[in-house]
Amino acid sequence: MSQSNTSPGADLTEVVHASVVNDTLREALSTGGEFAEVFVEDKASSSAYLDDGRVEELTSGRDRGAGIRVVVGETTGFAHTADLTPEGLATAARAAAAAARSGGGGVRTVAMPDTPYRSLRPVRIDPSGVDKADKVALLRHADEVARSRSGSITQVSAGYADSRRRILVANSDGNFATDEVVRTMFNVSCVASGDTGMQTGRESIGHTIGFELFDRYDVAELAERAAERALTKLAARPAPSGQLPVVIGSGGGGVLFHEACGHGLEADLVAKGASVFAGRTGELVASPLVTLVDDGTMAGEWGNFGIDDEGNPAQRNVLIEDGVLTDYMWDVLRARKEGRRRSGNGRRQSYQHLPMVRMTNTYLLAGDGDPNDIISSTPHGVYVAHLGGGQVNTATGDFVFGMSEAYLIEDGQITEPLREGNLIGNGPEVLARIDAVANDFAMGPPGTCGKDGQGVPVGDGVPTLRVEALTIGGTAA
Amino acid sequence: MSDLPPIGGGDELLALARRVLGDAGGGEQVEVFAARSRSVRVDAHGGAVESLSVAESAGVGVRCIVDGRQGFAHCGTLDEASVRATLAEARDNARFAEVDPWAGLAEPDGVSPVMPPFNPEAIGALGVDDKVAMAVALERAASSADPRVTGVRVAAYADHVGEVAIVSTTGIEALSRDASAGLSVSALANDDTMTTVGGWGDAARDPRDLDVDAVAGVAVDRAVRMLGAGPIPSTRLAVVFEPRQATTLLNLLVGTLSGIAVVKGRSLFADRVGETIASPLLTLIDDPTDPRSLAADSHDGEGLACRPTALVEGGVLQGFLHNTWTARRLGTASTASASRGYRSTPGVSSGAVVTAAGSGTRDELIAGVTHGLLVQSISGVHSGVNMVSGDVSVGVEGLLITDGEIGPPVREVTLASTLQRMLLGISAVGADVEWLPGGMAVPTIVVGEMALGGR
Repeated sequence: MSQSNTSPGADLTEVVHASVVNDTLREALSTGGEFAEVFVEDKASSSAYLDDGRVEELTSGRDRGAGIRVVVGETTGFAHTADLTPEGLATAARAAAAAARSGGGGVRTVAMPDTPYRSLRPVRIDPSGVDKADKVALLRHADEVARSRSGSITQVSAGYADSRRRILVANSDGNFATDEVVRTMFNVSCVASGDTGMQTGRESIGHTIGFELFDRYDVAELAERAAERALTKLAARPAPSGQLPVVIGSGGGGVLFHEACGHGLEADLVAKGASVFAGRTGELVASPLVTLVDDGTMAGEWGNFGIDDEGNPAQRNVLIEDGVLTDYMWDVLRARKEGRRRSGNGRRQSYQHLPMVRMTNTYLLAGDGDPNDIISSTPHGVYVAHLGGGQVNTATGDFVFGMSEAYLIEDGQITEPLREGNLIGNGPEVLARIDAVANDFAMGPPGTCGKDGQGVPVGDGVPTLRVEALTIGGTAA
Repeated sequence: MSDLPPIGGGDELLALARRVLGDAGGGEQVEVFAARSRSVRVDAHGGAVESLSVAESAGVGVRCIVDGRQGFAHCGTLDEASVRATLAEARDNARFAEVDPWAGLAEPDGVSPVMPPFNPEAIGALGVDDKVAMAVALERAASSADPRVTGVRVAAYADHVGEVAIVSTTGIEALSRDASAGLSVSALANDDTMTTVGGWGDAARDPRDLDVDAVAGVAVDRAVRMLGAGPIPSTRLAVVFEPRQATTLLNLLVGTLSGIAVVKGRSLFADRVGETIASPLLTLIDDPTDPRSLAADSHDGEGLACRPTALVEGGVLQGFLHNTWTARRLGTASTASASRGYRSTPGVSSGAVVTAAGSGTRDELIAGVTHGLLVQSISGVHSGVNMVSGDVSVGVEGLLITDGEIGPPVREVTLASTLQRMLLGISAVGADVEWLPGGMAVPTIVVGEMALGGR
């Protein structure tokens, strides 16, 4: 196993020199325009997958290219290329300019610093230096542990993945920055079979760190938890149908806020009148127990980075403070239009995509309640230990999210496990009905947020909390 | 950008793949999968172009199988030196995989490919200005169709021309091509108490077949009819799925018929071939050779010629979908259902699922429902459906049906059941089969009873 720090010289300015970046921006604005941007990306990834008792495959990939956008008036032109030579970039710049040409702004000169702002977060163990056999050994270990847990565990799959993404962003406002983010993740899924059919259990971990991830987590423990979750659900009964109080466990349910209000606080959706939170800054939009933060600076968390994909440093932004809406999240276009500070939320899936407003790590600050008191003061309800994914209609505020591990609460006690299902609620209503927040904050597992066809890594976290009433999408009366 | 010749011939891709294949060593199986596409997307907002993207993508995925061990690597470029390095990386990855007696590339099986319609000229004939005009007209049509429309969240024109070349040491040599264009729009309506959204879209091989006003009209109608919607009390009722919503149900079923799910012991219907798993009203075939489907294709992701596969006949399960590996594992032949992009190894998916027409118009099916919901949109499929247990729980919007009459709009409610019960509980299949933008042919489908979770 090799250990190395990220070498300071290893950034994209060695592939695309500052002078070429400058020339490309000049080319992009040669026929007019208010704003031009070059985004260069070099992403290397590797993964290994075990299923059905066998390491099925190891894969590795390399994707490198540049996306160039030009803004003329209200129109953005965008083109991308995998050709990073000066000629390739110039061709893409002309294509982007032609795409944006419907406006008629004057020609601008570009003022850019000679050296970029460098965001460097050293990784202790570079995954690309780790022997592939060591990665495979983790998968085998997880498989063995999960299978040994019970004869009812009939299938196990496990995945390992790492990636190193280097970006360079330069724009005609004079931003020039580079960043490198290393991500390492691991997951294990189990199928348990019994008289009642098959059930599944899954555990995943992921951080913006290197192979030292496995100093922090024991894959055997993850495998046991995944197996346990599947086995528990074999005895699960159908979830209720209709409105009940819902207690969400610490670390298990940040997706609630991601869907209930996170997307609705994205400035692009707000600007189009497609958010129930439009025009509500300064107003009480949630229970006073709610203070919601989006924080790209959270070191090591899945939605962490040094600079966003528009060249602005990651920030910690308070979105809702004591129930009052304080601010939306912004990208460059929307911030320029409003003449306001950028918030570090401009993100894109790859150089082949235009950036838009996206969340990073979104979490609810801890309150002062005792998690046990919250459960014991709930006579009849549902305890959700882990939420699955979710989806929101930002215009109506209606959102759904899945419960992947849930239990009935009867007489203030967690009792029987419930089968999977969705919960449905309306963002503003649910935020107002949060009536308890505990002191046991934890971040949840790594997530991927999808919006308009683009996926980006995000994190979330919550303490134990209770919503007075949510509609549970089960089949039991 | 300019270094790539026009898409459509495929000769360069095949030639590149053949040259790289020359690096294969003795005793190695090597497959080169090279893909290239060009796409244009125009988003309109406020009567002008919000963004115009011109994208050209290309990449190569290489599989290498040595002594029963498979390795894979990909690169996002057609640069020959990079592709050769990718083969070397795939070979190195193979060293760490475990021996798999069923590993192996596809081999030519004598089935002749049926070439689907391919007409990139229809898209090429449309200038950027014409594409811009369609997107702007779509936004204008949606904005002006009804006074209650207060905005348009998305109004977009997009087109795509792509080609894939697959060449292998086992004798595969295949070229697939496709070209299509589409419109999508999402309209916002407001009545001072709430904002609602209605979305619609269409796709065609020839952009001239796209009807801007029709697409905008449907989206607006769907937004406006949801004004005033709210939850109703929890109940059990019949559920009417319009063709585009019925695809959700059919896709869940087809997902369980993937050979991968069967091999891995995760299919609900693994041992049920020849048995009744659905209402006798349901007959499904996967037929990517049908030229009416926009998903029609000449070859699958391993270079085998696409072919029809019977899935369900009168409710009786006929078989599964296979790629080469799942077929070998189960001692059968591939159905040419390998699906993939250049970044991944072959999975399994349907090509173009075609549902046999039942009887009755949509109105007649609705008229036959005493207490039900006409579903207009479904959310949370990825979070509320467990494909292993069959549990289904989704959020829906729709219109209440009482005594055969469509009534008030409903939102913020869930529908739940199990996939097994929903399939057996299909009480009607309409005659109104529609060819949908995604390539499936689907009619209106009624499920007799589901649990609605509401107020």
